[in-house]
Amino acid sequence: MITKEDVEHIGWLARIEISEQETVEYMEKLNSVLEYFGQLDELPTEDIDPTYHVAEVYNVFREDEVEECLPQETVLVNTENKQDGAFRVPKIG
Amino acid sequence: MAYENPDGVKIGLEIHIQLNKLKTKMFCGCSTDYHNAAPNTHTCPICLGLPGTLPVLNKKVVEAAIKVGLALEGEIAEETQFHRKNYFYPDLPKGFQITQYDYPIVSNGKVVIEGEDGEHVVGITRAHMEEDPGKLVHIGSIEKSKGVLIDYNRSGMPLIETVTEPDMRSPKEARRFLDKFRNILEYLDVFDGNLEGAMRVDANVSVHWGTRVEVKNISSHKGVERALLYEIMRQKNVIRRGGKIVQETRHFDEGRGVTISMRTKEEAEDYRYFREPDLMPMRVRDWIPKIKETLPELPDAKRARFIEQYGITDMHARSLTSKIMLADFYEAVCAKGVDPKVAATWTADVFLGELNYRDLLISSYDGGTIGFIHAKDPEVKNSFKVLGMTELVNLFSEGKVSDRAAVEVIRTILDGTEEKTPSQIIKEKGLFKAEDDLVTKAVAEAIAENAAAVQDYLGGTEKSLNFLVGQVMKKTKGTADAKTARELIVKELKE
Amino acid sequence: MAKWMSVAQVKEKIKESSAEEVTARYLELIGKSKINGYVTVSDKALEQAKKIDAEGHDGPLAGVPIAIKDNISVAGLPNSCGSKILEGYIPPFNAHVIEKLLAAGAVILGKTNMDEFAMGSSTETSHFGPSANPWDLERIPGGSSGGSAAVVAAGEAPFALGSDTGGSVRCPAAFCGVVGLKPTHGAVSRYGVVAYANSLEQVGPLANNVEDIAVLMDVIAGYDRRDSTSIESKTEYQKALVDDIKDLKIGVPKEFFGEGIHPDVEKAVWDAIHKYESLGASWEEVSMPNIKYALASYYIIAMSEAASNLARFDGTRHGLRANGENWHAMVSKTRAEGFGTETKRRILLGTYALSAGYHDKYYLKALKVRTLVKQDFDKALSKVNLLMAPTTPNPAFKIGEKIEDPLTLYLSDVNTCPINLAGLSSISVPCGFTDGLPIGLQIIGKPFDEPSVLRAAYTFEQNTDYHTKRPPEVA
Repeated sequence: MITKEDVEHIGWLARIEISEQETVEYMEKLNSVLEYFGQLDELPTEDIDPTYHVAEVYNVFREDEVEECLPQETVLVNTENKQDGAFRVPKIG
Repeated sequence: MAYENPDGVKIGLEIHIQLNKLKTKMFCGCSTDYHNAAPNTHTCPICLGLPGTLPVLNKKVVEAAIKVGLALEGEIAEETQFHRKNYFYPDLPKGFQITQYDYPIVSNGKVVIEGEDGEHVVGITRAHMEEDPGKLVHIGSIEKSKGVLIDYNRSGMPLIETVTEPDMRSPKEARRFLDKFRNILEYLDVFDGNLEGAMRVDANVSVHWGTRVEVKNISSHKGVERALLYEIMRQKNVIRRGGKIVQETRHFDEGRGVTISMRTKEEAEDYRYFREPDLMPMRVRDWIPKIKETLPELPDAKRARFIEQYGITDMHARSLTSKIMLADFYEAVCAKGVDPKVAATWTADVFLGELNYRDLLISSYDGGTIGFIHAKDPEVKNSFKVLGMTELVNLFSEGKVSDRAAVEVIRTILDGTEEKTPSQIIKEKGLFKAEDDLVTKAVAEAIAENAAAVQDYLGGTEKSLNFLVGQVMKKTKGTADAKTARELIVKELKE
Repeated sequence: MAKWMSVAQVKEKIKESSAEEVTARYLELIGKSKINGYVTVSDKALEQAKKIDAEGHDGPLAGVPIAIKDNISVAGLPNSCGSKILEGYIPPFNAHVIEKLLAAGAVILGKTNMDEFAMGSSTETSHFGPSANPWDLERIPGGSSGGSAAVVAAGEAPFALGSDTGGSVRCPAAFCGVVGLKPTHGAVSRYGVVAYANSLEQVGPLANNVEDIAVLMDVIAGYDRRDSTSIESKTEYQKALVDDIKDLKIGVPKEFFGEGIHPDVEKAVWDAIHKYESLGASWEEVSMPNIKYALASYYIIAMSEAASNLARFDGTRHGLRANGENWHAMVSKTRAEGFGTETKRRILLGTYALSAGYHDKYYLKALKVRTLVKQDFDKALSKVNLLMAPTTPNPAFKIGEKIEDPLTLYLSDVNTCPINLAGLSSISVPCGFTDGLPIGLQIIGKPFDEPSVLRAAYTFEQNTDYHTKRPPEVA
């Protein structure tokens, strides 16, 4: 079971601001889902390898060949927050 | 005698080097040649992390990592793969960094350095591939930042992070390790250490075998010794005052030469590593034989060969092999049939000394000319020809120029803007040894013609010597070197 | 002009009149739409069609209009993924499948509604509100590619692209009475498709008939050097359209007919299997004991990958930006405002499943269960050629009926998500109705065995008439 503090901690890790009231709502909903996920515990899997990918493909590379970059104005076209060719954001901490 | 390590110092390093010699970034086709470019002009949807884009790994990054692994005498993993390191920071356009976690490509290597008590082995825990984040510029100072500007030109640059064992016992050993490490990488031709941000170092340091403190943001290998000296002193003082060293991360302030505790976050970092689902794992051990063939002779082997082949001292060999371009230059000079020992003295002692004095960094060598740039201003450039050094060494060996004159020639070339051969310079400046004879003659005349002044000088009147030097200058119409004249007079009168 | 046209009919019409006229006709229908299927109608569609008329085009889809799910990047058109956080974002590049479509001469009508970041089975999590099911405007069209399925069912596009992470093409296809294919993982490039769960998802076509699915697959499938998980394959999809399934061995996994299945759905699917039998196929029941764990495994993996994939929406480079006293606060507020409730839940759950101390319990465990599920399929498909099951246990539900309870909503994917876990190919074709609502038959094949899947689907279609039925409410 996850607690209110857990929800706050995950919210911070995921950078999603959660209000006091939402914390309780999330806690209940997340716990019901986690409870459902808990059914996997009944399945013994000690000797089972995880499957990250269904296809067993190795060594996919590209050659070291230069391709065209985007023009600066295209890079910045989706934001109003720019200055001197750079993205501008508030101070960090 | 074994080094006692009185303060129980243990230092481990984490070194990031940028594979800036590759043509393209790690996961996209953007050029790596961004160092003088306007912000956000070396980016594409992939290195900007635009929604829907996918990484595809540059094969040369893996080859470079294997090269580094082999040069560090490490093991190349049977299977290696990428993970995502999840954290939020404005320089990280995807909200995660693609890096390696529990399956690094290289593990268990070593580097032998000149330690406090002779040869000393530093273990390499691992080396792995990862992408560089973008670059942040704070508007105002970091402490009083009004905002941050982000340039993603650096985003996605390929890096190799190397982690050492805590095997270094003094800041000096750490610096020597870094010198050697950088030297090896330059031999491998995967890295140009002169470019900004090409090498970044974090250090772990503890005293009296105690708690480790991490020191971050050591941007140059010159800074490492200062940072570590400060940190060791700080830790010793804390203990002396009865305090305890806490495990923390400190930031090295290069300007002030101190380490500052970074605010400990209330929340511990949790990077939630998991395998990068957009990249396939790699099995590349069968590349090893072919890559081994391309490995150059490494510094230690080259040094041994120089001593053997050219009969030069260990000190000269060490110095000549400290830069692969310098070593190649020296060998090209020797190949012209000059005396290798004389060439070693002039290249390792004089030439290199004059470069260091001028803050010039060796930046290129094309087989005929070695080029340098100024450490602080890459726009300041100069070069020196193999043929120039060959000619100079020959002139010196044949007794045609004095050592003083030869030094003068080197200085003239390094300070000059026009391209000139040593003979041209010698001629223009009248530096042939014959000119030295002229000075000797003038000295003899001045002594013979000014008995009174000679007597005064021998009687202790120092001023009279200046008069005699003035006479020599007059006789040689100012072509004599005043210092030489003075020395010759003194020598003559003392005998 | 007929309202519902196959691609072949559309091409015939273009020959008779022009690409411009055909496109204009679809734009007119879209203008009168009652289903909220499109979130963006392209202002370049007519221009594109005119250009094809003027210059001629010998591509296989010259002048044929198509609808695109709003998580597939089309340069110059908004790409919102049904989310407020991407407000105003216009990608400066085309997805690989879009490049292929444009090269084939297709005309892009617009972008279709979807559950936010493909997280849902109803389009109700879309920032633009739900789309309506053309068969009953009070019901959801399924999801997450609900807009694509709905516009195809309503005749507002001859065919469409969707994406399928755990059933997001097949579920809405079943609910809207159209055909939808989830190709084998690696068959179609994901480049330019906004990632929800990378190791599970594929772009997939939706159409009114199996032939059009094959036509579209021949255009969009194939190796792409920009997707490292892309796999070279020489499949010719239209060649699989053969009306003959003699000697076909069908497996019927009883776990797909579990508790809570609608009796009409069960009956329709069995009727379909018996239809195959009458056409010369044989069937046997197969058992897949680990299937009941697939849904939990699927959601853990999807949410974990999603939590990481969606980290790039931080208000820094594009889309919504809230005010905050510093960058971290700005990011937290932007994400709080920009993501909908269900998306936030999944990000939080995914973050939790990967966090220190829980990684092995949830994420690693789910990947191990994935292995077991895949083994079940490998075993079953070693005995039979194809598996058949209901696409969804129930028909389309009412708008608002399940949105409050995430778990009930997740259950819509119970029969489709195992296929994504195992990376197989699978199609949903219409196989009956209950109370006027379509039912989907799911046909599952081995990896890269789309030819067998398409052949079986085509044969069924040639011998039944479900695919010719049209929703009366929008007729």
